[in-house]
Amino acid sequence: MKFAIIEFPGSNCDHDAYHAVRHVLGQQADFIWHKDTDLRGADTVVLPGGFSYGDYLRTGAIASFSPVMDKVREFAAAGGPVIGICNGFQILLEAGLLDGALLRNRRLKFLCQDVHVRVEATDTPFTTSAELGQVLKLPIAHGEGNYHVVPEKLADLEANRQVIFRYCDSAGLAGASVNPNGSVGAIAGVCNLRRNVVGLMPHPERACESLLGSDDGRVVFESAVAALVA
Amino acid sequence: MFVTLKPSVFDPQGQTILDALSSLGYESVRDVRQGKFFELDVVTDSAQEAVTVSTEIADKLLANTVIEGYRVEVDAKSEEGD
Repeated sequence: MKFAIIEFPGSNCDHDAYHAVRHVLGQQADFIWHKDTDLRGADTVVLPGGFSYGDYLRTGAIASFSPVMDKVREFAAAGGPVIGICNGFQILLEAGLLDGALLRNRRLKFLCQDVHVRVEATDTPFTTSAELGQVLKLPIAHGEGNYHVVPEKLADLEANRQVIFRYCDSAGLAGASVNPNGSVGAIAGVCNLRRNVVGLMPHPERACESLLGSDDGRVVFESAVAALVA
Repeated sequence: MFVTLKPSVFDPQGQTILDALSSLGYESVRDVRQGKFFELDVVTDSAQEAVTVSTEIADKLLANTVIEGYRVEVDAKSEEGD
């Protein structure tokens, strides 16, 4: 299967994502420049992490208007699986493909550390190979990862099981002490109503080999492959 | 154009500034909200049209209305210089 990895000016996890799908999983992967308007027959779209447009105005705001995003919107509207990681998540929110917004981290610090997240739903193309409640150790690296929605919207997200990843401790228990950035509901990742678009702040692509400290992130990409075969 | 976080959204930068002001002895300051300020040079036939265009721009790009509100002020100048 073929992954499209979208590159914006300032993307810096594009090669990590490429390495994860191409070299670790042995799947096909294409870099797609943000000015391109052709996803070249990709089965899955990845919006990687980084600092697109230098985070000018708001994180992901300028990138969400890139020419390629019209194609990503069409792809998502047709049910195609799309994942946004870190800055990619910020872009999906700004593009209106996911609900909510990301604020500055509650204590204003840029956070670069390992966290644990719990898989809250396995009926998305990026969690289908995971166990419900499985705890993944993944790195985060962000200054704006404080997920925010109004309380009524949060209730909708929970009722529709759109929370896909939640910060927790190594045993899978959520709580204020293990919520690194102040996200409402300790939310680390969400999906859209149709469940084909997923965004998360942690970096599964940087945790695909035990040599790098954790291979817990592999299941996200293995899921994408399994979802397509299924 | 003034863009600020909505009152319901916690503003950690404003809070930090408030704490600094408190330590400087400005006890009369009760709250601080930090925001952004944009100056747009807009050429239109009327001030009202400038407000319309600016409001559209704020909704589309300059503010994320999930978390931010905005206020538009127009300082009208005639091109003929009357």
